[in-house]
Amino acid sequence: MHFEYNVEGGDFTNAGTTSSVVKKMMKQLGVDMGIVKRTVVALYEAEVNIVAHAYRGVIYVDLEEDHVCIKLVDEGPGIPDIAKAMQKGYSTASPQVREMGFGAGMGLPNMQSNADKLNVTSEVGKGTTVEIINYF
Amino acid sequence: MEYIHHALKFKYDLCIGCSHCTSVCPVCAIHVEDGHPILDPNRCIDCGMCYQTCPMNAIYIEQDDFETIYNFKCPVILIPSIFSAQFPEKVSQRAILSAIYHLGFKYVYEVEKSVDVLKEVINERIQEPHDGPIISTFCPAIVRLIQVKFPSLVSNLLLTKPPLDMTATYIRKVLVERGNAPEDIGIFYVAPCAAKIAAVKSPVGEDKSIVDGVINMNYLYNKVFRVIKQGLYTLREDEFDFHPISKNSLYWSLTGGEIRDVPVGRNLAIDEVHNVSDFLEKLENEDIDDIDFLELRACDESCAGGILCAGNRFLIAEREKKRAEQHTNDITPEENNLLNFKEYLRENMTVGEVQPRSMDKLDDNVAIAMRKMKKVFEITNDLPKVDCRICGYQTCKALAEAVVNDKADLRQCVFVQRILEQTDKLTPQEALKITKQVWGETKLDKNSIKTLDLS
Repeated sequence: MHFEYNVEGGDFTNAGTTSSVVKKMMKQLGVDMGIVKRTVVALYEAEVNIVAHAYRGVIYVDLEEDHVCIKLVDEGPGIPDIAKAMQKGYSTASPQVREMGFGAGMGLPNMQSNADKLNVTSEVGKGTTVEIINYF
Repeated sequence: MEYIHHALKFKYDLCIGCSHCTSVCPVCAIHVEDGHPILDPNRCIDCGMCYQTCPMNAIYIEQDDFETIYNFKCPVILIPSIFSAQFPEKVSQRAILSAIYHLGFKYVYEVEKSVDVLKEVINERIQEPHDGPIISTFCPAIVRLIQVKFPSLVSNLLLTKPPLDMTATYIRKVLVERGNAPEDIGIFYVAPCAAKIAAVKSPVGEDKSIVDGVINMNYLYNKVFRVIKQGLYTLREDEFDFHPISKNSLYWSLTGGEIRDVPVGRNLAIDEVHNVSDFLEKLENEDIDDIDFLELRACDESCAGGILCAGNRFLIAEREKKRAEQHTNDITPEENNLLNFKEYLRENMTVGEVQPRSMDKLDDNVAIAMRKMKKVFEITNDLPKVDCRICGYQTCKALAEAVVNDKADLRQCVFVQRILEQTDKLTPQEALKITKQVWGETKLDKNSIKTLDLS
């Protein structure tokens, strides 16, 4: 089953809507709750990234019998060095941002640990694509 | 399928088939067939929203026969502290206690007596590492809500017996020590809501309940108030707090009362079942960090809003608060004898794992569930989404799910009927027959309208 959801950059009030819908569907399928939890954590993180950093994005969800594939495509500033961004604790956030507990450099590593497969591609100035696959 | 006991029952002879119960159910557990509500026992959490909304009082809450108290040589009544807050303020605690004794009880205890032990356990648990918040199991409707709707949070539930069971364990122990034969002791619990009754009759995570009978709180209220009004009782010398409970314990039946006793960590109190659902939904999305303890209650104003309370929840809460403010009892073994049995109670307070029983799952087989889910989406898209309930279900989506599970006919939808009639796929007579299967014969009887001239 295929679904698409639009995400607006800067719309924090609605961040998490897609994770909530995907969670509901996975529950209906009777997918193991641990896998549901992992998927929701990874997706939520990715969704909030679009809201926080990009202008807009589309989330494509493909739900199959044995796996879920979620592709988040955004139009935004992009990530200059993905390898670095995947490292735990690496962050481009200013000290001011970090003081508040944001930008701890755990976003992508957290996604990684909650996804069976994670692909991140990016073009600076254009946008980022994140693909999360979890098997049931 | 395990047997799940529910305390809420429908009286079809009083029911007018208005379906208000269907519309308010927070877990979509009621639909209408043949003019009457049908309850899905796997979904119902015994919150009692249907009971509160029913305009005909056609939903009742079962209780044990009051007369059974006389089968015991030593009948004990276990009342929630909120009980005395039902009465007008001029009725003294002593009068209430005396009237209860007048009814034939030998001992009167308040449920929250064991809170002093329970709160110790919560405060210890909260200091230990925990994955996500620890969720209180004080409200049994919340335990059931989590089981059916938020199965991933089942592991967050605090696995200890509720105060009721612990206090009953204590009573049995202490009365046997005082020389009563175990078979002579009959403990009767006064329930402020349906969920507590259901929990007593089929406790989650336990084999058997410790109390011998259940009395509905509004039933006892009426009985006691009559004794008071008629002046039948002899005022006893001992205070109502013959077996005193501590000041803080009195707050436990009110919203925020539990977290008052958990001074460390980040703790939150939420009442009313929809508020709780919204919050748990967010919590499941990992939207909320660093919460240590959650006090969740299904009723607005917690137990003061229990469906078996006699009176306005805000007035009840006010009286309970006043009593607590004036209360001075300390938490010492001299003041609360139960604390002398602390070790014994702590050894016996753990309950077994609570099992999730998801109501959302469409099928045990993922492939079949997938096919069903696709079908539900397709059907829901075809439906008008006005959630009018004329099909007998709470929402268009609920009808779609019932259709997919072969429990309903898509032609129960009035919109679908009108669409099919336009292309002669359904005759008005057939449509009428289908609708009558949902609403019964009388509501659609051609002679039932008296105010319109149809001649």
